[in-house]
Amino acid sequence: MSQTVTSRRQRYWDLRAAGNFIGGGTGSGLIVVAAIAAVAGEPFRLPLALGLGFIAAGLSLVWLEIGKPWRAFNVFFHPRTSWMTREGIVATVLIPLGAIAVAADSVPAAVLAALLAAGFLFCQARILRAARGIPAWRQAEIVPLILATGLAEGSAVFLLAGSHAVPWLTLALLAVLAREAAWLAYRSGLGGTPAAARALGVFATPPARLARAAQLAGLAAVALALGFALLLAPGALAAPATLLAWTSGVLVALSGWGVKALLITRAAFIRAVVLPVVPTRGSGGRHARPV
Amino acid sequence: MTRYVMVADLRRCVGCQTCTAACKEGNGTPPGVQWRRVLDLETGTYPNVNRVFVPVGCQHCANPPCMEVCPSTATGQRADGIVTIDYELCIGCSYCAMACPYDARSMVDHAEYAFGEQPTAVEATRIGRERIGVATKCTFCAGRIDAGTARGLVPGQDPEATPLCVNSCISGALRFGDIEDKDGPIATLLAENQWFRMHESEGTEPGFYYIWDKGAL
Repeated sequence: MSQTVTSRRQRYWDLRAAGNFIGGGTGSGLIVVAAIAAVAGEPFRLPLALGLGFIAAGLSLVWLEIGKPWRAFNVFFHPRTSWMTREGIVATVLIPLGAIAVAADSVPAAVLAALLAAGFLFCQARILRAARGIPAWRQAEIVPLILATGLAEGSAVFLLAGSHAVPWLTLALLAVLAREAAWLAYRSGLGGTPAAARALGVFATPPARLARAAQLAGLAAVALALGFALLLAPGALAAPATLLAWTSGVLVALSGWGVKALLITRAAFIRAVVLPVVPTRGSGGRHARPV
Repeated sequence: MTRYVMVADLRRCVGCQTCTAACKEGNGTPPGVQWRRVLDLETGTYPNVNRVFVPVGCQHCANPPCMEVCPSTATGQRADGIVTIDYELCIGCSYCAMACPYDARSMVDHAEYAFGEQPTAVEATRIGRERIGVATKCTFCAGRIDAGTARGLVPGQDPEATPLCVNSCISGALRFGDIEDKDGPIATLLAENQWFRMHESEGTEPGFYYIWDKGAL
């Protein structure tokens, strides 16, 4: 039975809220990659600090968005069921622990921070998953999408702030491929409800197409950069290869942020009213029948 | 145990929006915020179409998703099933609005008035400063219910203990009462008619029933 579509775009989470998911995802991914670098004996302090900065910036944007910022401490009151509370609690442990890892050049602290960052990212994914009013966030594929997106963006920024040697290009390529797979799975799941299907329309708009084109270009650039690094002798890895690696990092990160901003602010339609039947009115055979 | 629910008889509703106006006047909601709305929907495909008026608002779910996600515990639930918001605890994150499948929650960041910068005389008496920057929604007129029951009145039967939208309904489409009262009018009404609740697949167990036909299901 067709009916007037009453679902409307959510009105309350704007780019500031999207910024939390962008900063939280990129920061968490970057901290995880930085911890891997720490275990591998590579320099990790700058990317780890940068990752903490991303997360703090995202949380600050949320603080600017909420209606009662001076009551922000109340966010910690409901750990039993609220993923937003859990996100806040994890962040309060993650940020000081990460700061200790940076200040003390501590590999164990970096690893612990990475575990917490992964938890933080999972909380963000579950925040969206728990939004039962918005079918485009409600579907199960949102969780791997948010996780893979965070890892892809974090590994991309690591190419800029850390190393762009073969292992890190390989990691970035795997993360971007995971993001692609998660995106395709997520997108194929849209359409289950009218409100979710409207998200498909948003992802067909010019800004979304541009972001997707940039994502694919980023994927190609990472693959090319890795190919350069594998095929050329280390000494020959000169400016072009570095430029390609940086370009891929920028493309992967920026395009991911763009898609996430659209996902939060534009593609979020509230479920609204769906009538399973229509009322019986009138007389004789004119009354509507259930479907 | 008491559980207050609302019943909307879709066969009776004529879409006059008197309930919307009564709610707005009584609760002093700002422009753009309507705790009780009546949707005017068209269903079917031409020429076999129907026009349906659907009263909507907070469904006062038994398992409210807004309460589950609320990080501050501002959203609560009374023993009688009414879902509440503690305006002193709410941080205005709007997460509850994202979690509500019924699009029932609103939030305004600053005071707005119907006619310009200053409130009208009525607005000045009704506007609640504590409701700026926090989530708001239909309360089932909990204050009226509490005041009425304290005087021994019965919600749904005595107007002074009944939500304003129900009192104002010109066609008797909106009904209110305790569904746990097995011999009461609400239980009888639901036993004698076919009804549905919206988005039951989400497991919210809404306290808002829509009657659409006679006869048991």
